[in-house]
Amino acid sequence: MIYDVIIIGSGVTGCSIARTLSKYDLNICVLEKEAEIASGTTKANSGVIHAGYAAAREYTKRYLCIKGNKMYTQAAKELNFPFERIGSFVVAQEDDQIKELEEERKKGIEDGIPDLELILDKKRIKEMEPLLTDKVVGVLHAPSAGLASPYELTFALAENAAMNGVKFFRNHEVVKIKHQDYKFTVRTHKGEFQTKNLINAAGLYAARISRMLGLDYFSIMPRKGEYVLFDRNAIQLNKILFPMATKISKGILVCPTLHGNTFAGPNAQNINDPEDISTTTAGLKEILDGGRLLVPSLPLRSSIRNFAGLRAVPDSYDFIIDNTDVYGFINVAGILSPGLTATFAIAEKVVEFLELLGVQLNIKDNYNPIRPKPERFKDFTKEELDKKIQEDPRWGRIICRCETIPEKEIINAIKAPVGANTIDGVKFRCRPGMGRCQGGFCRPRVIEVLSRELNKPFEEITKRGEDTNILIGRTKDIALNEIPGGSNEE
Amino acid sequence: MNTYSVDVAIIGAGSAGLAAAIMVKKADLNVLILERDRELGGITLQCIHNGFGLHEFKEELTGPEYIQRFIDQVKELEIPYKLDTMVIEITPEKVIYAVNNKEGLIEIKTKAIILAMGCRERTRGAINIPGFRPAGIYTAGQAQRFVNIEGYLPGRTFVILGSGDIGMIMARRLTWEGCQVKAVVEIQPYVSGLIRNEVQCLEDYGIPLITSYTVTKIHGKDRIQGVTISKVDRNFDRVIGSEKFIECDTLLLSVGLIPENELTREAGAEISEMGGPVVDNNLETTIEGIFACGNVLQVHDLVDLVTAEAKRAGLNAVDYIKNKYGKKIEKKEKIKCIAGENVNYIKPDFINMSDLSKDIIFTFRVKSPDRRLLIQFKDDKNRIIYKRKRRYVIPSEMIELKLNLNECKLNPNCKNILVEVVPRPEVLIEED
Repeated sequence: MIYDVIIIGSGVTGCSIARTLSKYDLNICVLEKEAEIASGTTKANSGVIHAGYAAAREYTKRYLCIKGNKMYTQAAKELNFPFERIGSFVVAQEDDQIKELEEERKKGIEDGIPDLELILDKKRIKEMEPLLTDKVVGVLHAPSAGLASPYELTFALAENAAMNGVKFFRNHEVVKIKHQDYKFTVRTHKGEFQTKNLINAAGLYAARISRMLGLDYFSIMPRKGEYVLFDRNAIQLNKILFPMATKISKGILVCPTLHGNTFAGPNAQNINDPEDISTTTAGLKEILDGGRLLVPSLPLRSSIRNFAGLRAVPDSYDFIIDNTDVYGFINVAGILSPGLTATFAIAEKVVEFLELLGVQLNIKDNYNPIRPKPERFKDFTKEELDKKIQEDPRWGRIICRCETIPEKEIINAIKAPVGANTIDGVKFRCRPGMGRCQGGFCRPRVIEVLSRELNKPFEEITKRGEDTNILIGRTKDIALNEIPGGSNEE
Repeated sequence: MNTYSVDVAIIGAGSAGLAAAIMVKKADLNVLILERDRELGGITLQCIHNGFGLHEFKEELTGPEYIQRFIDQVKELEIPYKLDTMVIEITPEKVIYAVNNKEGLIEIKTKAIILAMGCRERTRGAINIPGFRPAGIYTAGQAQRFVNIEGYLPGRTFVILGSGDIGMIMARRLTWEGCQVKAVVEIQPYVSGLIRNEVQCLEDYGIPLITSYTVTKIHGKDRIQGVTISKVDRNFDRVIGSEKFIECDTLLLSVGLIPENELTREAGAEISEMGGPVVDNNLETTIEGIFACGNVLQVHDLVDLVTAEAKRAGLNAVDYIKNKYGKKIEKKEKIKCIAGENVNYIKPDFINMSDLSKDIIFTFRVKSPDRRLLIQFKDDKNRIIYKRKRRYVIPSEMIELKLNLNECKLNPNCKNILVEVVPRPEVLIEED
């Protein structure tokens, strides 16, 4: 079979393109090297939907961001992912920064960003965000800025794409691409795929994929950002808080999450290894120090997790969305911030390119843009809950105590289109293990459910794919020489 | 929706919940136990080592043997309980909402509630170890559950961070399984669990305890491949140049326990800085008729001590219902207990003024170890109302004192009591 379109990469960019294209009468598949979708840059993204004033006017990303921001309202309705326009503050702490903010406001309004406002009334600022530092002299308030959960958005996109016929192949790392007779042959570790059009949305590996077709006109530098997450009982914010931006990043922000937690971060550190998502002592200190400049009462004792993500930073510092010299090969690379905000606008751009390539874009009769909202225990009223449990007792068996997640939600996450097949996959879809105990109580139970639903033994259940097994064998296996032991017999 | 009405509901069927339930039932009150796990017994079930029962039964038992005696009593007394039942809400009016897969949503109206939910382990994020996030990092209790209850091994070669009791006990347990425990690494200059565990679990098996060190980096992208440990100075800052790499495929964390008080907080009870609810000397929280005991109130050293505290909570709940103390006392008439020098926290947080004729049990921990000391209680005029010599104190040993404030001649207008642990002045030296 020859696909019309193959998309490499199932981050938010790849899935957004897949979902947008699933409207048309095309054969599409997505290839992903990891065991789960949304495993790369998407997973540890701030989740901030930017208003769009931050990037300078010479960059494409500014305009795609402003456009993409507006597209979220409709998308959130159709795809039912968590999204809320809570508004952002850029916080000035020196008088001379006010001029800069006013300049940004003016340009933003001109470029179509709604309701940008410079607030200098300290009392009003503090009413809007009581925890903000007393040193604030003014803020740029962007009410259209918001929060989306990047991975829940990506799961929603993938589910909806799959509902509309897109195929997903996970654990398929692309190792070789051949282009011949207007046809691409894409080889992965596990198989071979053929397609007329190929879209490179490989994130940190986009330059590598591009080079497989001899296109070496950009490079991608991984830039690490570390985060610290705080317990929801310890601190509650109203607004996304940015410091004044620096040359290389928007600075360390302090930000609520849609699940009621708060995070501080990210810092920005250029690195070489596209898999280095390690956190560092110096980095964590930098974040906590940085966060405290905005919110002095940041409760250091109540951090529940730290993590790092990588931005795919292109040498041009702008999105690379190109119909390349290789006919039918489209690069969608270097999607750094505000890539999440721009994602729907980026996908539309890809549609335009496919049109230019002469791809027939006929809307399917049976296209369904609605991805139903995942049912959540927490959203039910007491009466609904009682009814749900009567219908299916698995709603009444709580697996995760911290987040109150019943067995049924976990099964739904596994059974969903492009559903979870690892512990992290379950965790990112329905949150068991995301709470205060970080999986201390629920992990054995989640393993049990995964093992039963996927029909795999306990030992084969992994954290996030190959080589990340949780258990090595039964007790006494070492003693009985069934498996090698841990002693150093040298 | 099934609706029940009981005198006392007990949340949690671990060592605290069972002991409290037995006391309430013996007073002929109507009691119901709610347990989220699939069996009675709580965490004690997975503690298959010995050392339990020396206080309570004057004999040495394993965890399951110890808790079985309570389970047997619960069954003998025909105390009703619901398993696999998760409490999702406690209202200030003491109505409990819970779910399970047999009945759906359950509503339980109560006269009193005893909170006995226990504690959970601190995790990696809570202590911010930098590095990758590979598979192979577990809390010691989670590993204990995998090995002792589920029958699986979580790894082959281990480093254990923190010398808490569960960590040391797991070091021995894993050694028995043929696993290799390379080291137990402790950030403090002293062991943080009980001395007897250091001797019986580490020394006897030649497992090195490395104090004043901590894990400063985690290596390995998929499965953990090793850790870097570094020496720390007095301020717990790492000493540059002291790094050592230890190869391992599993890291266990035994870095402390936190009382599990989400329900308590949502019910509106005040929570103290150390995590447990604020209680008075009846173990009653700031919500009238809601009591707390066991590790949900404060982390105990021994299960026997949990049992003793839970029995008191049970009796106090019974007294509350039988109105033995007459009218409730307003908050303003309570004396506040304040943790002073070298005292990490003290329970109770308040003393109910109407109860001064009764003995009051104070429990507290020190912040740092010390020798030749004086424990003293002061009133708000800075007068010492009670003092007691002590040879040594360490944070891992909870100090328990029984005191009668009437006998201490406490001024009835006193608002605060300060508790401190101070060096003994030389002139006072007498052998004790």
